[in-house]
Amino acid sequence: MSERLLIRGGRVLDPLSGTDAERDVLVEDGRIAAAGARLDATGARVIDARGLFVAPGFVDIHAHLRDPGLEYKEDIASGTRAAARGGFTTVCAMPNTEPPCDTRATVEYVLRRAGEAASVRVFPIGAVTRGREGKELAELGDLAEAGCVAFSDDGAPIADAMIMRRALEYASAFGRPIIDHCEDPSLAKDGVMHEGAVATRLGLRGAPAAAEAAMVERDIALAEATGAHVHIAHISTRAGVEAVRAAKRRGLRVTAEVTPHHLTLTADAVAFGCAGGDALVYDANAKVNPPLRERDDVDACVEALADGAIDCVATDHAPHAVIEKLCEFDDAAFGISGLETAFGLCMRLVHEGRVPLARLVEALTLGPVRALALEAHVPGIGTLAPGAPADVVVLDPERAWTVDPSRFASKGTNTPLAGVALRGAVVATIAGGRVVHEEEVAVA
Amino acid sequence: MTTVRMAPETTLTPDSPGESAWSRRHLLDVDDLTADEVELLMTTADAMKEVLAREVPRVPALRGTTIITLFYENSTRTRSSFELAGKVLGADVINVAASGSSVTKGESLVDTVKTLQAVGADVIVMRHGRSGAPYLAARHAACSVVNAGDGMHAHPTQALLDLYTVRARLGDVRGRRVVIVGDVLHSRVARSNLWLLTSLGAEVTVCAPPTLVPRGLGDTHEGLLPPVRVESSLDRAVEGADVVMALRMQLERMHGGFVPGMREYARLYQVNAERLARANPGALVLHPGPMNEGVEISHEVAHGLQSQVEEQVANGVAVRMAVLWLVTRTRAKGVA
Repeated sequence: MSERLLIRGGRVLDPLSGTDAERDVLVEDGRIAAAGARLDATGARVIDARGLFVAPGFVDIHAHLRDPGLEYKEDIASGTRAAARGGFTTVCAMPNTEPPCDTRATVEYVLRRAGEAASVRVFPIGAVTRGREGKELAELGDLAEAGCVAFSDDGAPIADAMIMRRALEYASAFGRPIIDHCEDPSLAKDGVMHEGAVATRLGLRGAPAAAEAAMVERDIALAEATGAHVHIAHISTRAGVEAVRAAKRRGLRVTAEVTPHHLTLTADAVAFGCAGGDALVYDANAKVNPPLRERDDVDACVEALADGAIDCVATDHAPHAVIEKLCEFDDAAFGISGLETAFGLCMRLVHEGRVPLARLVEALTLGPVRALALEAHVPGIGTLAPGAPADVVVLDPERAWTVDPSRFASKGTNTPLAGVALRGAVVATIAGGRVVHEEEVAVA
Repeated sequence: MTTVRMAPETTLTPDSPGESAWSRRHLLDVDDLTADEVELLMTTADAMKEVLAREVPRVPALRGTTIITLFYENSTRTRSSFELAGKVLGADVINVAASGSSVTKGESLVDTVKTLQAVGADVIVMRHGRSGAPYLAARHAACSVVNAGDGMHAHPTQALLDLYTVRARLGDVRGRRVVIVGDVLHSRVARSNLWLLTSLGAEVTVCAPPTLVPRGLGDTHEGLLPPVRVESSLDRAVEGADVVMALRMQLERMHGGFVPGMREYARLYQVNAERLARANPGALVLHPGPMNEGVEISHEVAHGLQSQVEEQVANGVAVRMAVLWLVTRTRAKGVA
């Protein structure tokens, strides 16, 4: 049950209203009741946010909760606990489960499990094609009706351009975007990391940046041809970013997300790890798809996040079991467990003065909401407007902490950031008026 | 484990000054060897050559030491070279052939390494089709790991025996012009040779069709990639060369669109007498083997006066003896 809650004295950042001021935020019956100076807190539980920032709960439109079927990697309970710890009050669950989320029954299962076990709101994303095989459309109408907010074959690019075109056209009837994992499979081939000098050093097969750019350009052409909305998942290259920027300038319905790791890490992390040093480590925890790119690509992503060419940050949280990473690099699974490090990692950009905190907050809240039009499903989501769901996060941008995967709520300890110091922490997370995370340890 | 170790000859006593220059438990690549370490390897290999020349080429230097060769890829020459190297030094050598990757085999590489260690391995000599696999093994092994070739990444003992062979003929490689021609993209031999030769001051040219040159090679990537020149014409590349090293060209490369076929490849990139004539007189010809005669190298050159192919194989045993000796010395001395 929700409680009456007063978040007292924090500096409130609300991207919708543009608020950046010290406010109390009052929560009642799971909704934002009011935000203002010195609100009456009679009978309310008080969270002291003085000296901290208060923002709408983060929205992750790209997470792999692995449930159903792959619960050994993650399940809805553990994945949403990880979300809560990361400040996320909404996660969109990607459909590459077993079975894939390509039927109403699976969507209903996800929503039922979320109702039983989730710490935060779960929106299912449905598969575009049956079995995510890229051949025949799944029953998108049924999936939309059952509660899918978008469609994606994520992990698998939709290689067939005609299927992609039909999917865009058909899905537009339900006001749902197609999220595409843009990577030309014939170019990316057997690549296990970014093609470039680091891959050459390591003797690993590379996937070239052009594999992403080629499919981003194709999808933009299809968005133009159909007038439908395409959302580019986890963009990672300068060429991809520039294509999206140009498409937006032309007024096309193209949106894009970027992950915290593509905003901060380069292919060097694969060779040498994130902790520094010049010894080769072949860090399988830095193996991710799309791969970590070059400094210039990272810079392009950061610039585009700052200026809005990229709409939002999404984690691409991809938890895996230990043995799926503790093996030869070629054989290791792709993916980073990212929900719990997302804010701290992105805060690097704020501390470096490259992205203002207010813009980062927007890119974690209103940005993703608008990218997938989530306000159509939950009015007020991603804002602190009165009447909005009481999804609130309390942040300490200065708090330093060291990433310790053994303390993750996620079952996936696969992060290249183990032992890395981050500055910026989620102090408390309130989802639907319920405190789902509270930082228990005060760290200097 | 307490073992009595006897040096194969006097320059290899534990107190010799050179040996303190060696502190590596593993040999994974040559990219981070210091000039002193390379020098020590070369002089140790000299001593091993002397052992091999004896009437009974056996010394008990590694008696009581267990060497396990763990080969995930077939290799007759490298495996037998290591096996012989170990046996000449008196070690017990056990050969384990593992097929396929750890995934298909069901047991993980880390578990396999730990098992072999528990069995009593002092050294695991490892050949693996996946780049970086020996690094994973080394991270989880208390014993020594020697890389006998990993994927497209490194083949340190091949590079060391190539260097040994070149030095035996030409002396110091500083300023010498070396051409490495062929499928550099897929070649661990090339990668290790590039590091070793450039670190010692050789001027190295890589020659291949652009489809077989790895991305970034030839550009400036200080510290990340060795400084080399890239040249797509073999005729130009061999001009004034002191050493020409041909790499094995695999027939399946034509399927990936890397080259149109073996006929054109041979026409453009074969090391033959005519091209060799453009190199410096007496230039050495090397090949890591096995050779596709008539493809990357002509029969005449492969077996000609300038060919070092047989010396490479013979030197391989001495160099691998040196490697096994040095990495096990660190264990004897308790170096972590």
